Amino acid sequence: MTSREKILANIKANQPDLRPLPEQYTFVSTFPDLTKQFIDVLTFVGGRALVVPDYAAIRADLQAQYPNLKSVATTIPELADLADRTMTVSDPHELADLNLAIIEGPIAVAENAAIWVDEQQLPQRVAPMITQYLVIVIRQSTLVPNMHDAYKQLKVDTTGFGTFICGPSKTADIEQSLVIGAHGARSLTVYLLP
Amino acid sequence: MNQLNLDHASAAVEFNKDEPRVDWHDETLWFVRTKRDRAAAQLPEWEQLREAASQIKNHVLSNMHDLLAQFEENAKQNGITVHWAENADEHNAIIHKLIQDAGVTRMVKSKSMLTEECHLNDYLTRHGIEVIDSDLGERIVQMRKEPPSHIVLPAIHLKKSDVGETFHEHLGTEKGATDPQYLTEAARQHLRDTFLTRKVALTGVNFAIAETGGFVVCTNEGNADMGAHLADVHIAAMGFEKIIPRAEHLGVFLRLLARSATGQPITTFSSHFHRPRPGQQMHIVIVDNGRSRQLGRPDFRNSLKCIRCAACLNTCPVYRRSGGHSYHSAIAGPIGSILAPNLDMKLNADLPFASTLCGSCSNVCPVKIDIHDQLYKWRQVLMKEGYGPGSKTAAMKAMATVLESPSLYRVAGKIGRGVLRFTPVLAENRFNPWYNQREMPEPPAESFRDWYINNKKV
Ligand code: SF4
Repeated sequence: MTSREKILANIKANQPDLRPLPEQYTFVSTFPDLTKQFIDVLTFVGGRALVVPDYAAIRADLQAQYPNLKSVATTIPELADLADRTMTVSDPHELADLNLAIIEGPIAVAENAAIWVDEQQLPQRVAPMITQYLVIVIRQSTLVPNMHDAYKQLKVDTTGFGTFICGPSKTADIEQSLVIGAHGARSLTVYLLP
Repeated sequence: MNQLNLDHASAAVEFNKDEPRVDWHDETLWFVRTKRDRAAAQLPEWEQLREAASQIKNHVLSNMHDLLAQFEENAKQNGITVHWAENADEHNAIIHKLIQDAGVTRMVKSKSMLTEECHLNDYLTRHGIEVIDSDLGERIVQMRKEPPSHIVLPAIHLKKSDVGETFHEHLGTEKGATDPQYLTEAARQHLRDTFLTRKVALTGVNFAIAETGGFVVCTNEGNADMGAHLADVHIAAMGFEKIIPRAEHLGVFLRLLARSATGQPITTFSSHFHRPRPGQQMHIVIVDNGRSRQLGRPDFRNSLKCIRCAACLNTCPVYRRSGGHSYHSAIAGPIGSILAPNLDMKLNADLPFASTLCGSCSNVCPVKIDIHDQLYKWRQVLMKEGYGPGSKTAAMKAMATVLESPSLYRVAGKIGRGVLRFTPVLAENRFNPWYNQREMPEPPAESFRDWYINNKKV
């Protein structure tokens, strides 16, 4: 018998009688204002959120936040003029000196400020972690109240990789003091278009 | 480290020698517990979520065989290679072979309690492979050659001055530096270089999805992603109980996990891996290591529902005042004390006794494991099997003899009262564990029996 067969045989012999899945495993969250809820939570986890009317407003804010920053890449055509390089590389190591990545998020969750991105938004999986600073552009119309709603809309295996991102990378491993910018991006700015 | 050779009670005594530090440890973990409470209170459906999670996991335990088979089939279709390991040795050997096949001698690893349980780092180091833990807390304890003392906060037993010293020695930071921001930055630079140069990366698995053949890894630092996305070979190691039926069930678990762990609404990254990126290899090692045995124990199988949030550690009055290392086991605290005797009853017989049975653990557990009941049940099993802690066994045998004989009982009572009244030092000594941190009570002048007889006469 292989280990696989032994393990599966032991499991079969030892598992209890079948118990049904629960009928209720999704719940409804009601927030008076999804955008406000999202912004409050994102701010709480150390991110920065800005409601903007259009790409011109995003461009203006980015130019003010990161003047003269080099090694900027974006996948958003409307902001292409801000970029001086691409994230579309064959070897992810080429992104090692990426300073700013500007990407889109197709679905965002109000309850916890998590934004879904997958390989439809990411030319390289490592882009949102390896970059020094991260910007995600979302649309208020794509905000869903909670995680159950997000999973209802998502097909998690559409691409080979997808992740919920909530705020900048952080750690509290040294005496429980919060430090922003562990291994991933040192900051996260989210622009909310209508 | 030497605490590892002591039983829980003795190691706790060592830990308690530095009183201000124990108080700090206690308060820090209680603070994490209060953050959990605040996060839970924000969801009106919190209790219903716990119930749903518990029921999904009950289903998983009862349908484990088919769910694993389904997961394997779908994962293979996704281009992931699936390995099965009966025990720790096989798990370690599989991973060693994958590293050798990649033609390298170095690996970067993100947090995985399973690899701690299997002592993977020791094994690989003995075989000439260098492993670097990339979670900041784990890296700190790794440099200090200590095991993690907590499953979510591996270096929670250390002060920033300890970390400063360790980093000064290993990373060349300034002597005496204690600023967490500065120290974290030093680790970031050091580990960035590691991520960029390792061809093999290992991660743990928080949830494996049977329906889609993928798995989810949650981190705040982004270290699992940095390792996996930059490596040619990604190895994910999972205990088989990590399986869940469908992706939509993640809604329940991801809402509970981080809130229960640290009070965060969700971890910074909740990464769903389904297929290797072009040119990459992806492997999953599914491990038993005693889990199928635990599945067959009706009293203890519920422990396999655990999602490793550590809420039961943070709330435990014994854990908070004895420290993670006193549990001499990969997983400390209440849940570790249920899991460890399954791995080795003799070695871990002391752990189910490291509890007040107050039930706080069961109250916070997001998957509703009856933790304190199981600790109580383990005590009975261990006493019956003859693995009870030495002093307790001797004392209980003596007590049984005394209780069986009414005349002996009366004599013992007289002696006891006499000892406490006239030679209290005999009771207030270090051989009487009950006396530690306690004053012995004022003994009554007569027993209840004598009092009753005397008063009846009147
Ligand atoms: S037993 Fe429950 S509370 Fe403890 S770590 Fe596991 S899931 Fe969390």
